[in-house]
Formats: sequence, C-alpha cells, structure tokens
Amino acid sequence: MTGFIHLPILPVVLPLLSGIMLLALRNRSQSLQRGISMLATLALVPLAITLLQTASDGTHLIYALGNWVAPYGIVLVVDRLAAWMLLTTALLAAFVLLYAIRGSDTEGRHFHVLFQLQLFGLNGAFLTGDLFNLFVFFEILLLASYGLLLHGGGRNRVKAGLHYVVINLVGSTLFLFAVGTLYGVTGTLNMADLAVKLAQTPPENLALVQSAGLLLFAVFALKAALLPLYLWLPAAYTHTSAPVAALFAIMTKVGAYSVLRVYSLMFGDAAGPVANLLDAWLAPLALVTLVLGTLGVLASTSLRQQAAYLVVASIGTLLLAFGLGTVDSVAAGLYYLPHTTFGAAALFLLADSISRARGPLADHFESGPAMPGARVLGGLFFVVAMATTGLPPLAGFIGKFMLLKAAIASPLMVWVWSVVLATGLVGMTALARSGSLLFYRTHSVTSPHTEPEPDSLIPPTVATLMPVACLLLLIIGLTVWAGPISSYATATAAQLHAPQQYIEAVLGMDTP
Amino acid sequence: MEALIALVIGVLTAGGVFLALRGTTFPVVLGLTLLSYGVNLFLFIMGRLAIGVPPVIRTAAEGYTDPLPQALVLTAIVISFGMTAFVIVLALKARSELGNDDVDGLHHDEDRHR
Repeated sequence: MTGFIHLPILPVVLPLLSGIMLLALRNRSQSLQRGISMLATLALVPLAITLLQTASDGTHLIYALGNWVAPYGIVLVVDRLAAWMLLTTALLAAFVLLYAIRGSDTEGRHFHVLFQLQLFGLNGAFLTGDLFNLFVFFEILLLASYGLLLHGGGRNRVKAGLHYVVINLVGSTLFLFAVGTLYGVTGTLNMADLAVKLAQTPPENLALVQSAGLLLFAVFALKAALLPLYLWLPAAYTHTSAPVAALFAIMTKVGAYSVLRVYSLMFGDAAGPVANLLDAWLAPLALVTLVLGTLGVLASTSLRQQAAYLVVASIGTLLLAFGLGTVDSVAAGLYYLPHTTFGAAALFLLADSISRARGPLADHFESGPAMPGARVLGGLFFVVAMATTGLPPLAGFIGKFMLLKAAIASPLMVWVWSVVLATGLVGMTALARSGSLLFYRTHSVTSPHTEPEPDSLIPPTVATLMPVACLLLLIIGLTVWAGPISSYATATAAQLHAPQQYIEAVLGMDTP
Repeated sequence: MEALIALVIGVLTAGGVFLALRGTTFPVVLGLTLLSYGVNLFLFIMGRLAIGVPPVIRTAAEGYTDPLPQALVLTAIVISFGMTAFVIVLALKARSELGNDDVDGLHHDEDRHR
C-alpha cells in the first residue's frame, strides 16, 4: 500500500510532468505530441475513479506535501466533493482533447502543453486544502487559460482575451487582499485551521473578517461569472476556438466549487460570529444571473454566443442550488454540475461542426444553404438542446426537479420556482428557434445532392461528431444511473454540512 | 510607521484602480502593476511590522518577525511579474491586431473632434 498514499498527488503531478515533457518534445512529430497528451489525459480518468471510490465511504484522504503536518504545511485533501470534481474534469478533458486532436490543436503553438497545464491548475485547485495554495493554482489555471483562449490568434480573440486577462488580474489582486487580511487576523492559511480560528473571531476583528470573506466571494463570483461579474464571459467564450470553449465549461465551475468549499467549511453553520455570511447574497444574485443569462440566450446572434449565455444561465442555476444551502439543494446542484458541464461542452463542439458546414455564414443566425450532413447534425443538436435546457428525460430535468423540490421549504420558494421554470421555458424557446433557423429555414435551391458542393461547406466527419456523441452518452449515463449518482451527491452535500469531519481529518493527522 | 505604510498601500491601490479604469492599454497595464505593488506590500506587512528582528531561530534573538508573509509575497511577486510581462505582450499584440491602443479596439478620433 506504499504507492497508495501518494495517490492524491498524482492528478496534480501527472499533467504537470506531461506538460513539461510535451514542451521538451515540441519539435517532434505532431502525432507523438497528440499521443502523449491523450494518454496523460486518459490516465486521469481511472485515477479519478479510484479516488472517488476511496472517498465514497466518507473518508478524507489527506496528503501532506513534504510530510509537513497541517497547519504548518500544505495539504491536499480528497473528499467526496474533490473526487467528484476531479472525475468531471477528467471526463470532460478527455473528450475535448479527442476533438482538438482532429485539427484545431495545430492553429497555434503549444496547445498540448497549455492543455496539460490547465488540467494541472484545475486538479490542484480542486484538491488543495490551503487558501494561498488555492490562489497559486488559480493563477496556474488562469495563465494556461490565457494561452488557450488566445490560441490561434485573430482580431476578436485578442480583443476578448485582453478583457479576460485584465479582469482576471484585478481578480487575482483582490484574492491576495482577501487572503492577506485573513492571514493577518488569524495567522493561518490552512482552510481547516482557518475554519477553527474564524469560529472564534473576537468582536473587534469581526468587520475585518467579514470584509475579507465577502472579498473572497467577489473573486469566486468573478471566476464563476456571477452577476454583475459575468460580462467578460460571452465575448471570451464566443471568440475562442471550440475545444477551448468546451474545456472552459469547467472553468466557471471552479468558481462555484470554491464558493461551495470555502463557505461550507469556513463560513458555514458552525462558524460562530461569521456563520452563513453569504446567505443574503448568493441565492438572490444567482436568481438574477439566471434571468439575465437566459435573456442573453434569447438575444444571441450566433450559436456560439448562445452557448456562452447558456453557460451563464447554468452557473445561475448551480449557484442558486448552492445558495439555498440545504443538504437537498446542494445535492441537486452537485448532480446538476457534471450534466451542465458536459452539455455546454457538447454544444460548443457541435456549434463548431455546424459553423464549418455552413461555410462563410458560420454559426450566425441567418438562413443559409442546406448543410451537408444536416440530419446527423440536427439530430445531435436536438439532443444537446434538450439536455442543456433541462427537458425530460435527460439529467438536466432531474437536476432541476431536485432543485425545485429542495426549494419548497425555502423562503425564496416562489422566486426559485417561477424563475427556474420561466427561464427553462424561455431557453427552450430560444434553442428551438435557433434549431429551426439553422436546419429548416434553408435556401431550397441549394440541395446538397443535386448541385455541386461549394468547397466552403465542410461536411461533419465521424471523428468530429464522436466527442459530442460521447459527451451525450455521459449525460445519458447520468440519467440512467440517476439513483446511485444522486445518492452520492446527497452524501457529498451531507459531508459538506458537517465540516467538523474535514477539520478533524486535516488537523488531527498524525505524522506517519 | 504603520500610518505611513498604510498610506503608501492606499495611494498605490487608488492609483492602480484609477489607471486600470482608463481606456487605453498602456495606462491599464501600469494600473495593474501598481495594484500588484500595493497588494504585495499589503501581504508583506500582514506579518506585522517588526524592525531588526530575525525571521528564523537564533539563540540571542529578543523576538521574531513572521517569515510566512515573506514567502507568500515572494510567490506573489513572481506571479505578478509573469502576469505583467504577459499582459504587456498581449497589449502590444492587441495594438498590432486592432490598429490602436484602445482597450475595445475603437477609433475615438471622430468622438474627440466632435
């Protein structure tokens, strides 16, 4: 079992090492680089499953880096939530990479290096148990995401990228201010230790701690694209390349994860004077985000933009679930999270195939020539649209149903029910309209069978549609095994509501 | 001393925020740099101001200064240094791609002469 104790660090080290290796091999053949990148990404899936199985009985797997015990050293903590996020990331990354190696990775240099470093940052952020370390992993994933966002270059990408980079740099500064304040007051950065210290905050420091806590919330809300900090997202996601936008479907969830982790552990029910700091903010902001995101979906002028606004709307739903704060609602959010991640990624990838098949019109909502392969594309679009808007029988419906059920006891019940149901209907209408415009309202003269195909219309290939189909299969899997998965989500939520276990696991660790 | 350093951090941050809100890329980059200076100083003094005492164990020491913020600020400096370099290159790239140094790539000449 000696190798087993090092298991928690592997999801962090593996992408880092393969990223460095890919950098060294940058002048070697494209297929070698693709192979290594694919292997390293695929290896994360069994790793995440192993960690998930270990964590599923409620144990906290603690890994003290350099064998420095908490709170003095940095610890990595695998609990149900961390393992859940790792598995979601690994599955998403594998299929996104499968799409990228069909060509879009050669648009610029170092795609695979940046991709692996992005995974390094993501996995690290999910695993770390130290607030400053969380900042460092945020920076790593952001720096990799800057490179990926700009991958391939071009006017619009540079413009959207500049906004994205500047706003995130300001966000990083705020993060440091918040971390500094918390350290100045408590003298610790370990999250479990912070939870203990914050619960004993003396009254004279209360204002400081509260402002630091809310400052952290502002940073996480920026990453998660919560109102009013979501304005960077649509431009950035619309203009970047399709696999990057699909991978970024998990980026906003990092913000949501951080909100959940920090506020359940450090500012939860047991946090004494600073308990439930976010209650007044999270759910109302999430409701407004959901409304505005859905209005964006309705007003979009291209399919990629629509997908970007769907990401905003889904983060609204997700944070609404986290914001209601009961075990049931958090469980609904956790069940909904992988579904919406895979659904958004599938939509971005499919939008890319559609825009290739439409030639110069790309994915703009204008009626154009009939697409080659319209039946397959249309069929997939139908299923993706059903998934992203939360229509039965797919998992999005189950997630939203769990959320509505959990909201019955909440004082916000009327708001939650009306907003979630109304935005669901509006989103459905918007996607139905896009679908009928793209697939039905075509110029009938250009039938692909009778007229010579213009070179600009590239028919979809099996290779480009395969990742989309696989992501949809994952969503169907979430639906078919909804029972065990939602009970895992409920167990995760229950674990988050008992932060004492986490604190004891981290601080009560003996030196081996 | 405390008042002075608080004032310095405040001025740096205020200047940084002001410049970061400008409409052209160069002041924005300068603003981000000032902000990172401000936050680095802020992190540094979070271990409290202690003058002339060592950060590591020494037998003759009367007291110690907190070594952790110094390690934190080192990390933060390295990160902000890298980020500044990146955002400068990106601003130059935006200048060449968009044809001007406006953050939105707009030409304001018409508005200016109105």
